[in-house]
Amino acid sequence: MSSGHVMPIGKYVAVFLALLAGTAITVYVAFLDLGSLNNVVALGIAGIKATIVILFFMHAKYSTRLTKLVIVSGFFWLLILISFTLADFTSRGWLGFPGK
Amino acid sequence: MSSTADMPSATGAASTAAHHPLLAHHFDTLDQQRESSSLAMWVFLVTEIMFFGGLFLAYVVYRSMYPQVFRAGSHELDVLLGGANTAILICSSLTMALAVRGAQLGQRRSLTVFIVLTMLLGLAFLGIKAVEYAAKFQHGLVPGANFHFAGPDADHVQLFFSIYFAMTGLHATHMIIGIGIILWLLPACARGRYGPDYYHPIECFGLYWHFVDIVWIFLFPLLYLVGRH
Amino acid sequence: MNAVAVEAPASIDYINADYGVRSWLLTKDHKRIAVLYLASVTLFFALGGLFAVILRLELLTPRGDLMQSDFYNRMFTMHGVAMVFFFMIPGIPAVLGNFLVPLMIGAKDLAFPRLNLLSWYLYVAGGLFTLWAMIRGGVDTGWTFYTPYSSSYSNSHVILTGLGIFIAGFSSILTGLNFIVTIHRLRAPGMTWFRLPLFIWAHYATSLVMILGTPVVAVTILLVAAERAFGLGIFDPARGGDPVLFQHLFWFYSHPAVYIMVLPAMGVVSELISAFARKPVYGYKFVAFSSLAIAVLGFLVWGHHMFVSGQSAYASVIFSVLSMFVAVPSAVKVFNWTATLFRGSVSYDTPMLYALGFIGLFTIGGLTGVMLATLGIDLHVHDTYFVVAHFHYVMVGGTIMGYLGGLHYWWPKIAGSMYPKFWSRLAALIIFVGFNLTFFPQFILGYLGMPRRYHAYPEEFQVLHVLSTAGASILGIGYLIQVVYFTLTMRYGKRVGNNPWGAVGLEWQTTSPPPTYNFETTPVVDWDAYEYKEKEAAHV
Repeated sequence: MSSGHVMPIGKYVAVFLALLAGTAITVYVAFLDLGSLNNVVALGIAGIKATIVILFFMHAKYSTRLTKLVIVSGFFWLLILISFTLADFTSRGWLGFPGK
Repeated sequence: MSSTADMPSATGAASTAAHHPLLAHHFDTLDQQRESSSLAMWVFLVTEIMFFGGLFLAYVVYRSMYPQVFRAGSHELDVLLGGANTAILICSSLTMALAVRGAQLGQRRSLTVFIVLTMLLGLAFLGIKAVEYAAKFQHGLVPGANFHFAGPDADHVQLFFSIYFAMTGLHATHMIIGIGIILWLLPACARGRYGPDYYHPIECFGLYWHFVDIVWIFLFPLLYLVGRH
Repeated sequence: MNAVAVEAPASIDYINADYGVRSWLLTKDHKRIAVLYLASVTLFFALGGLFAVILRLELLTPRGDLMQSDFYNRMFTMHGVAMVFFFMIPGIPAVLGNFLVPLMIGAKDLAFPRLNLLSWYLYVAGGLFTLWAMIRGGVDTGWTFYTPYSSSYSNSHVILTGLGIFIAGFSSILTGLNFIVTIHRLRAPGMTWFRLPLFIWAHYATSLVMILGTPVVAVTILLVAAERAFGLGIFDPARGGDPVLFQHLFWFYSHPAVYIMVLPAMGVVSELISAFARKPVYGYKFVAFSSLAIAVLGFLVWGHHMFVSGQSAYASVIFSVLSMFVAVPSAVKVFNWTATLFRGSVSYDTPMLYALGFIGLFTIGGLTGVMLATLGIDLHVHDTYFVVAHFHYVMVGGTIMGYLGGLHYWWPKIAGSMYPKFWSRLAALIIFVGFNLTFFPQFILGYLGMPRRYHAYPEEFQVLHVLSTAGASILGIGYLIQVVYFTLTMRYGKRVGNNPWGAVGLEWQTTSPPPTYNFETTPVVDWDAYEYKEKEAAHV
């Protein structure tokens, strides 16, 4: 009877420390003026944090291909929602006449 | 090609085979059951991604429309409290992962201790959130009739706070539900019901808890750290 | 037969396995849950139909003489809410899907029987909240709940109705979740993906849509409720909110929702065409993948509901083009069904009549959908009866035909008895005629400029409205005939054997009705989905 993949405690602690470090960096960088890079850094670090939580804490790295497909699809669908809606909001007024 | 009339039994493991007490009748093996639960939980988390996703959409749209308003609103939030809450949730994710590990290894005490720690950290998070919300009420930053903001675009700042309360409120609701589930699982944990053969309720709950943590991982910079330089 | 004083039933099936209300209300058997759903969705269909009757009565005359406009608003809103959220969305998946998915894949039940029961209770709870809202005066926002009217100005029971829909949404999510896991993990040995009946492919695709779309409308309803209850200002223009954001969020679900409604019906039609032409479905893989294509592409087109909302021209163009694409997989299905009929041994039993009706009516509805996707046309016919006619053609001419066809095909399996041939065919014919008389004039009305959601109109539209109302009454008669004979069949219908239609499929290899655990022994599958030439199963 397989009991799924058991991760060594050391790996969990490593991920934990990485998450804390990421948080500290995010806060530190937020107080610097990097222009539009601020957003990239903040979201980028958040994305990395989310990824390591998913891969290691949630065991996605050791799960089936189907599970990985499900995870990717979820985020991809959110991307569809956001990008298509933004396509509307950002292109308003491009044609130069009212209402379009 | 077999005819329609006879259908040979699948693996010879007919209904009289040794049946694990926790194996549901419609599954063939515990592995199949565990994998089904796991898949189901992940599919459910996809619905949660889309659920919170609607709010993230509102955030993205309005921040792109009113960047200064989001700056102003974000400055009203306390980075220290938000940061502390982020650290607390990260700790709770560690304890939750260790709790699942305890269940996988059949270590009753380890599981119980870590799941209780997870709950306590969750309660600490909610405590700090309560402090923050109370401060908002006091400073008149709750959208509605009693909102007042001394600064430009006060009306639009209400929008920021509507989003703030909607997102953190939904997140906090998920935390409360999570804590409730821990309380529900606790007796079984303490009694040693979970072990290598059967731990998927803990695994599934762990997935839920980590997801709620991930939502906060995004909420923190998006709400607290806008234009802080 | 035994000669004891008390006569035991000839066989134990899921219906007589246990008696009493509790055994039904606390069942974990997917077949009993399907029957519970059958009863409840039928009630909501009747309710929605009642509202439709009221609407059509008012529309008999040009003046708004039967009711005030405010009351009319509530009537069409509740017609839409009852039909969309409590009949069309659950409809085929909850009734036929629940009953057949485990049977068709050779499983003993769905992956999560208790979640399945919970899903029904959530449906009932949502229904009760909505019913309560209706009794207390209902909602007048239209089933689309557009802001800021719904969030700020309406004086009707938006929150209560929204709550009912929210709860019913979770019912939908749980059903979809159950199907996805079941189809992935509980298929019988040998039942590979490409041996699955197309009904299963259709329900799998539907479940994907339920999972990915429903949560978005759920959170949107929550936001509207929060705005009304707590004064949150997300859609309030006075505070910088954008009502069009609501429309994006709403239609992100509600467009794919129509594919939740039609994909299962398409799955049914695949089964019916194959069974009654006694031929494998032509181009099986194309039809299977077209279901997935519809599910995916269906998520990319929602802006075609918003062409006149203030959405940017560029976004409108993108959505228009993508909407053209989504028609392609549907067309693929229609072509493949037609090719299946070619050189088939076609019989015109009642289920087949519905399948053929579906193909014709869905094609009309679908083509008018392509017309609506065309920006120039939509500008003129948006919010007119043209749109109303389009969606009734696909939803009633499409989905409901599919539902009725499926009900008539699998009824012997579900109930163990057969309905009268003459009356079922007569009802099908009456429904077909009534449907077209009701909705075809509405295309003309819309094109001529009759707006939707209006209860008073210019005199020159009256003839078409009268025709439409006449059609609706004929449609109603058709439905009533069905209610009568189905009810009588439950009691007095002729018993049938395992396979009254001589069809191929695992569900026909077990008894009618099936035993609680579906199969005596788990089947091992080594044949393709529609092997009609090799498996001429006798009519039993």
